[in-house]
Amino acid sequence: MKYIYYPGCSLKSTGRVYEESLLSVMDVLNIDYKELDDWNCCGATAYMAVDDRKAYVLAARNLALAEEQMKNEPEVNIIAPCAACFMVLLKTQKFLEENPEDKAAVVAALKESGLNYTGRAKVRHPLDVLVNDYGEAEIIKRITKPLKGIRVASYYGCQTVRPYSVFDDQRNPETMDRLMKAAGAEVVDWSMKTRCCGASLTGTVQDVALPLSYVIVHEAKKRRADAVATACPLCQFNLECYQTDMNSKFKSDLKIDVLYFTQLLGIALGIEPKKLGMNRLFTEPENLYKILEGGNRVYV
Amino acid sequence: MSENNIKMNGNGTHKSAGTPKIGFYVCHCGHNIASQVDVEDVQKFAAGLPGVTISRDYKYMCSDPGQELIQKDIKELGLNRIVVASCSPLLHEHTFRKAAEKAGLNPYFFHMVNIRENVSWVHDNRESATKKAKDLTRAAIQRVFFHKPLEKKSVPINPDVLIVGGGIAGITAALTIANAGKHVYLVEREPTIGGHMAMFDKTFPTLDCAACILTPKMSSVKAHPNITLWTYSEVEKVEGFVGNYKVQVKRKPRYVIEELCVGCMECIDACIYKEAKYPDEFNQKLSKRKPIYIPFPQATPQVVLFDPETCIDFKSHRCKKTCIESCDRKAIDLKQVPEYKDINVGTVILSTGFKTYNAELSPQYGYGKYPNVYTSLEIERLVNASGPTSGEIVTRDGIKPKSVGIIHCVGSRDQKAHKWCSKVCCMYSLKLAHLIKEHTDAEVYNFYIDMRTPGKGYEEFYDKLMTEGVHFVRGRVAEVSDWALVPEEENKLTIRVEDTMVGMVRRIPVDMVVLAVGLEPREDAGDMRRLFNISCSNEGWFLERHPKLAPVNTFTDGIFIAGACQGPKDIPDSVAQAGAAAAEVLSLISAGSIELEPNTAFITEDNCSGCKSCIPICPYTAISYNEGTKKAYINEALCKGCGTCVAACPSGSITQNLFDDEEIFSEIDGLLKFAGIELEETEAEHA
Repeated sequence: MKYIYYPGCSLKSTGRVYEESLLSVMDVLNIDYKELDDWNCCGATAYMAVDDRKAYVLAARNLALAEEQMKNEPEVNIIAPCAACFMVLLKTQKFLEENPEDKAAVVAALKESGLNYTGRAKVRHPLDVLVNDYGEAEIIKRITKPLKGIRVASYYGCQTVRPYSVFDDQRNPETMDRLMKAAGAEVVDWSMKTRCCGASLTGTVQDVALPLSYVIVHEAKKRRADAVATACPLCQFNLECYQTDMNSKFKSDLKIDVLYFTQLLGIALGIEPKKLGMNRLFTEPENLYKILEGGNRVYV
Repeated sequence: MSENNIKMNGNGTHKSAGTPKIGFYVCHCGHNIASQVDVEDVQKFAAGLPGVTISRDYKYMCSDPGQELIQKDIKELGLNRIVVASCSPLLHEHTFRKAAEKAGLNPYFFHMVNIRENVSWVHDNRESATKKAKDLTRAAIQRVFFHKPLEKKSVPINPDVLIVGGGIAGITAALTIANAGKHVYLVEREPTIGGHMAMFDKTFPTLDCAACILTPKMSSVKAHPNITLWTYSEVEKVEGFVGNYKVQVKRKPRYVIEELCVGCMECIDACIYKEAKYPDEFNQKLSKRKPIYIPFPQATPQVVLFDPETCIDFKSHRCKKTCIESCDRKAIDLKQVPEYKDINVGTVILSTGFKTYNAELSPQYGYGKYPNVYTSLEIERLVNASGPTSGEIVTRDGIKPKSVGIIHCVGSRDQKAHKWCSKVCCMYSLKLAHLIKEHTDAEVYNFYIDMRTPGKGYEEFYDKLMTEGVHFVRGRVAEVSDWALVPEEENKLTIRVEDTMVGMVRRIPVDMVVLAVGLEPREDAGDMRRLFNISCSNEGWFLERHPKLAPVNTFTDGIFIAGACQGPKDIPDSVAQAGAAAAEVLSLISAGSIELEPNTAFITEDNCSGCKSCIPICPYTAISYNEGTKKAYINEALCKGCGTCVAACPSGSITQNLFDDEEIFSEIDGLLKFAGIELEETEAEHA
């Protein structure tokens, strides 16, 4: 099957690690994809709040482009790795399907630029593609450096399975846990999988956001996790980069590695760290490396 | 056929036995009809129709003077057909038929036109409504031309009664009927009677002990000479009709001869399993039992049973069978097979009860995920002196809880689960709050949407709880979780809820969560419905014939329902319904026989080709095939007159009384005249 890859703004900037690791993993697994040509911002949640119809046009343009660029394929499968992009594309599709009047307006607007939107594109999350299309059994066959002894807390964030649970359970998603198990890790059972990390409030109202990301890190630590695996650029950033702030605010002493699930999977697939963007992380995942070498944890 | 009829009617020469002399009566029904229909106009219109001898309008046709009007006209004017245009036949067809019969006319020469429910109540244009009333009137008048005299059939009622389900409803109904001297077969699926009530500790609002009031009734059932009690049994087959049901009951093997066992339980002690290791169903799997067991100390009958799923001998045939050795009455028979009992009964009461909502389907409350989240039924067992902890309320870690949260409406009043209110949960939650407080002195929180406490002494019980220091938080709980936002929440279950009284979101850490699970129909209610040929509501509850005026009757004569199989119900309501169902049964038995409506279908044997296409489509299994004559045969007692077979018969050999072709086509013709269809034809013919 052929996929079209829609990176969105984050994966070209703060989330560059996510792109590097995802594409490296797909390359190693021989997943056939090409990047969407001439893509634009999905509009995220901000534009929706300003003018929803224009925001839908913005998001729908990417879907129409995908239809155009995949017109010779039986199915249009568009991979949207960023949680916000994934959710916004799904929301756009659903909204236009339920509101024919808005759909007509959006279709007409896109027609002006020579694009045709039908809504036939399937919005896919990389977790969905890896688990449901590729399959854990095939992945296991290609694991060369299993994550032996690593305890991973899979953290899906709030947008991946909510409000649209197209490929996993809304309250207790399991696809990432399955992938981590396939990669040889031990997974931690916890109830924080889909809890909000504070999102963009870390940059605006930190008093509200910091406790939210703190409890996630705190609970992961309490359950003796060595790493938190994420699937969202914002979650990864909030959980990794604010640990010092959390510690000073909550008088705690937390330290935990926070990585994209694709990085952990990439390590297990034997991909060299640089190709997985390990060098771009804010803090070096020392514990991870130590355990993989068979040594003792640096921080507990 | 149809063309012939229409032409004949068009000519005004009706093919009918005798000269019809029709009396037409239109009712004002106070203002109910007269406000939307010009009743006098309808009366005048009918007076001009062929065959109508007299046409009258009257304020209340159903009143005594109204009926006397009809009777007087029959006698004085020699009327032989009567049409009344008033309300639904469901209400007064019987009244007018009786009136006609009293005046010496066969009641099936009467026909009713519904110009209230079908006209005045549903239309707002007086002119069109009047026109519609006239059209319906003309149709009825053309129809009665072809009515024939019919006779009701009478069938005797077998006085024996089957009751399915031995909970408090079934027990009450069985005792009432048996005390009246009638024989009852009480069939219960579980190894003991008692139902859900036997699991409860106390009952609201009086807090009297459930076992103390229930077990004497259970013993009476067992000892009653007029009751045949078959536990661990299920109804397999039902045939027949009111007064004459043939039922097959399967008695599942207990592997213990019921007549010999005295319930000494020596065999349980002797079992080679020294420790009980299998989940005990009666205790909601909170304790363990052996492969040979008795559900609870007061089980009725007091007879042990084997669980073949867990008994070694059934799995490997290599057990030492110490149980058999221990029984000096030789009551154990491991080779027992199911036994099938065929019985004849005249009436049936279904009291099959309910099941509780599966709390795992509301994952936000963490049932099945966090060990200290319990269902209310589990707490009932925990607080019960004969339960798994002998009445101690402790968490799964064995600790007495310091704080307990009771979450109301789990699975009820929930768009994602069941929309209905389960009716009993508010009250049982209050009861559990009281008992938990009494047993543990914990802080108890009730999280409710609305407190629903209608019932005698119920609101007073709620008042009492408030003075006992139980906390009430109004708001639907969002989530139960095990993570900590603040140190006080560590190692606790935190209940997150919007407290709508103070207008803020609260997080309340507790040691134990109780989910007040709602009531839902049993999963096999649909199979029961088909077995007994009754109806279910959309939700799956057994459907009563009328929600107010026939609450224990079903649409199948002779089959009654009682208790929570009809909808969520507490013990007092279940007992009241059981009494009502018993009274209905006894009333049928006292009458001795039942009259059947004659609007049944019959087969003209000469035309029947024996193709059998009518047999599978009959919803009442009234049609059978006679191998001798190679013809189909309709059992009139079973036929409900639905007409399905009449429409399906390829050779047109099935006719239905009151709905034969002449009657129907003539009625249609009368109705179609409004569109001018027939009038044009008439004019053409006249020309």
